[in-house]
Formats: sequence, structure tokens, C-alpha cells
Amino acid sequence: MRLDDLYRRVIMDHYKNPRNMGEIEGGAVTVHLNNPSCGDKIQLQLKVEDGKIQAARFKGEGCSISLASASMMTDAIKGKDLDESLRMAEQFSLMMQGEDVEFEYEDLEALSGVNKFPARIKCATLAWNALKKGVVESKYRK
Amino acid sequence: MNALEIRKQFPILEQEINGHPLVYLDSAASSQKPVSVIEAIKRYYEHDHANVHRGVHTLGARATDAYEGAREKVARFLNARSPQEIIFTRGTTTAINLVAMGYARTHLKEGDEIVITPMEHHSNLIPWQQAAKATGATLKYIPLQPDGTIALADVEKQITANTKLVAITHVSNVLGTINPIKDIARIAHKHGALLLVDGAQSTPHMKIDVQELDCDFFALSGHKMCGPTGIGVLYGKREWLEAMEPVEFGGEMIDHVDLYESTWKELPWKFEGGTPIIAGAVGLGAAIDFLQEIGLDQIEQHEKKLTQYALERLGEIEGIRIYGPTEERGGLVTFNLGDLHPHDVATVLDAEGVAIRAGHHCCQPLMRWLNVTATARASFYLYNTEEDIDRLAEALIKTKEYFGHALG
Ligand SMILES: Cc1ncc(COP(=O)(O)O)c(C=O)c1O
Repeated sequence: MRLDDLYRRVIMDHYKNPRNMGEIEGGAVTVHLNNPSCGDKIQLQLKVEDGKIQAARFKGEGCSISLASASMMTDAIKGKDLDESLRMAEQFSLMMQGEDVEFEYEDLEALSGVNKFPARIKCATLAWNALKKGVVESKYRK
Repeated sequence: MNALEIRKQFPILEQEINGHPLVYLDSAASSQKPVSVIEAIKRYYEHDHANVHRGVHTLGARATDAYEGAREKVARFLNARSPQEIIFTRGTTTAINLVAMGYARTHLKEGDEIVITPMEHHSNLIPWQQAAKATGATLKYIPLQPDGTIALADVEKQITANTKLVAITHVSNVLGTINPIKDIARIAHKHGALLLVDGAQSTPHMKIDVQELDCDFFALSGHKMCGPTGIGVLYGKREWLEAMEPVEFGGEMIDHVDLYESTWKELPWKFEGGTPIIAGAVGLGAAIDFLQEIGLDQIEQHEKKLTQYALERLGEIEGIRIYGPTEERGGLVTFNLGDLHPHDVATVLDAEGVAIRAGHHCCQPLMRWLNVTATARASFYLYNTEEDIDRLAEALIKTKEYFGHALG
């Protein structure tokens, strides 16, 4: 087990300088999700127009892995349509199970090391699970 | 007491984790098991197992003797008046739920009060929330002092003539606070209220005398005191247990069954529907023998010294915040290291072979009171040594360096 496999530089950069942190004023779908095993939480907002994610922002309390993952995810899904973002969530799950996955937004691949730290997978998937919930709500809203 | 010698009786501790000798500092979540307990369970399954209270055959009698023998051991261990006051449960959670379902829900009504504290484990909090909702009773909290203790003046204030039940932990699994149970019992009884004590974190570490504490109920978990998982105990004063309704119905707990009506066995069996955790009870009995042979007073002294040492060593680390009272506390230290999330701390410690707990410790309201989402916790037991604490302190310094570098 090598710590550097988990805490890669890209992850630390997102942790230190999270992208898309904060709130969207008006017109966004807001979802909240907890990680009940550790108390971490995330608020995710999606601004969707014509089935496309125009903006995504998050707020939350969590460890380096969960915050970095949220930062990357909100960047990666920008401009994608809802179904495409769900496919990315599926790809991310596969990566957490140890499969080789490539992303257009390459920073995400830095999280592949989390697979070797089973206790931390839930940290990395929190933001993606919030996304799935947000997509369902966005579709329902129409 | 020689912790190094005692440690040799715990096979699991003799392994390397991530290339380092294991330092196990998570006994408050669950303790490890000595050979004598593992062997007792093995022996039971190899020689004595059958169902209890049923068979006429020899094995049935041996299994019944083993199970009821364990109950007698627990009764003596807690100084209960009789083994009939000892009910085997799955653990502390089930024991507390049994009182909430079998007593609170049938005896409380609107206008009555249940009094607890914000330092309770979820298992001594949610059963009362639910019972209050179901009966219309009011749930009240004794506030905490800034150092995480409770003041008797507040106990006096919160417990009133309307209070029917007080439920409080003996030792906090986060703060280490040791609560003044005898005083609380006196105040509760003055108002005619019953007192339930959550003994999950006290029973493994100090001598318990339920008559001296004068509590009405006492709950404990076997797995935190060197016993197996799946077994725990509810002690209750006989008159309250008599007044309680069974919660689980089925085999083993009945006296006479008709098509439309049934009657129950006497105490304690009316609360033990179904085939019980026989091997678990045997294992718990062996754990009690093990702890008593070393001596609970010795164990308590050992942990006191370790905790003092840990407070000193960890206190030297710059940027550490330690929670809970500084004196008169149980054998654990809960902390946060700078702005680092406890998950990240625990992962680096694990890479160093040091096992600690990180999270909310099943105490979300207490985390909110502390104004944090999570904390790290190192907890000690009879097999831990000062060297373990040195390893913890060194690993924490490494953690700071690692993230200082990674984030710098
Ligand atoms: C203070 C306290 N109460 C109750 C419990 C619940 O014990 P169990 O999970 O064995 O039912 C615990 C264990 O985590 C505890 O620390």
C-alpha cells in the first residue's frame, strides 16, 4: 500500500483549490447527500437547460478524497447532457471497482488509486451519487 | 499487570499491517479476543453443543448448563441480586431497545418526560426519540459543560416530577467523560423516575456493581470486553422486568400456548424468544473469567496511566485539538489534527500499521455540539502499551509532514 497512489498531486490540487465550490443563484436543482458512515455531506446544484448541464456547483464537508472528487466531477460534467453525465457516473463506478477507464476529463483518472483503499471508495463516490440524484430530480422537474 | 505478557494471549495482535507491527487502538469500537475466549467457543462447539432447554439428551443438558452457567457468571460479575435479572441480548443496542419497546412504550404517556444527554451514542438516543414520538412523551436533554461533563445542578433541573425515565451513558465513547451515575440515580429516584445506564464503554474497563450504582437497567456488549460479537446483556431490577412485556414472541419464551391466548415463561426467559446465542454466552463467560483473573482494578489503573501518557504525548503535537475532560476520563483520546480530515489522518496511520477510528462515532448530535463533522479517536485496552502510544504520536507527526508536503 503506497500513500502516493491515493494522494496523487492532481487530487491534492483539487483539494487545495476546489473548482466550482459555492452556490448557484436561482434556477438550479439542489440535492443533499450524506455519507452516513462518516458524517460527510455534500450539497450539489445543477443548472440544466435543454437537457444540458450548464453549471454545477457544490458545497460540503469532507475529506480530501471526497472534496477533490466533487471538484473534478463538477468540472467534468459541465456542458454534458444529463444522460451523458449518468454514463460518466457509471464509468466512475467501474473505475472504483478496479477497471481501467479513460475520461475525457483526465484529472478523474487520478482517483483510480482509491480502488486500493476500500474504506475510502465511499468518499470518492459521494459526489457522483449526488449527481445521480440531481439528474433524476432535473428530469422529474420538466 | 504486565501488558506485554497479556498481549501475547491475543493472536490477532501478532501481525504486520502494511509492513509494520500492528498497533490496535480501536478497542472502544470492538476489542480483540484472547485465546481463552476463542478456545472456549471452539470447545463448546466441539463437545457440548445442542439446543437449550429442550433436549432430554446429554448434549442438550450440557448446552443448557453452559448457557445458564454463563448467565450466573454475568450476574456475579455485575453483582446483580439474581441471574433472573440478567437477560441475554445481541448487544447494548438490543438491550436498550428492549427497554424502550417493552417498558417506555407501554408505561409512558403524553406529559411524561424522558431525560438523556447530547453525548449519547445513537443507540441510547434514537430508541428514546422513537418512544417519545410513539407515546407523546417529551424528550429532554441535560446540557453539557464546555469540557464535556455534566453538572449535577443541571441534572437536578432537568429531572422533574414528570420524568419517568433517565438514560445516560456511563462512559462517553467520544469524550471519555465518566458520568456520576450514583448521584444521577439518587436524583432520578427522588422523582420516581427509572435510570438506564449504557455500560458499553464502562464494563470492559472498570468494576461494575449494579447494586452500588443503584441503576434500574444496565446495558452492555460482549464484544467490547474481550467476548464475541452477537452477545450482550440487559440487567434490570426484577420488579421492572416483571412489569415489562416481551418484545419478541415465539419458541423458548412461552409457558402455555392456546389457539388465541398464550402465557410467558418467568424471568429471564420471557425476553429470550427463539434459540439464543449459546456459544456467544459461553464466550462472554470466558471473557469475564479472563478479565477477573487480571482484575478490573488493575485494568483500570493501567488504562489511566496510558491515557495520561497519551494526553501528554499527543498534547506535544502542534495543531492537535483534544476533546473531552482532562481528568477523570476513560481510556480513549479523541482529537483532530489541524485542518486535516480524520479520514485522511486514519488512512496515513493505517499505512503505518496504526489502527484508529475516524468518523462521527455514532454520535452525530455530539459532533454538532463539538462543531465538527468528524473526529479521530485512539482507544486503549489492557493489551496496549506506552510503546503503542509512541507509535501513534510518531505516525501523527508523519501525517502532518505528509500532508504539509502534499499540500504545500
Ligand atoms: C457508548 C456506547 N453505547 C452503545 C454502543 C452500541 O453497542 P453495540 O453496537 O454493541 O450494540 C456503543 C458501541 O459502539 C457505545 O460506545
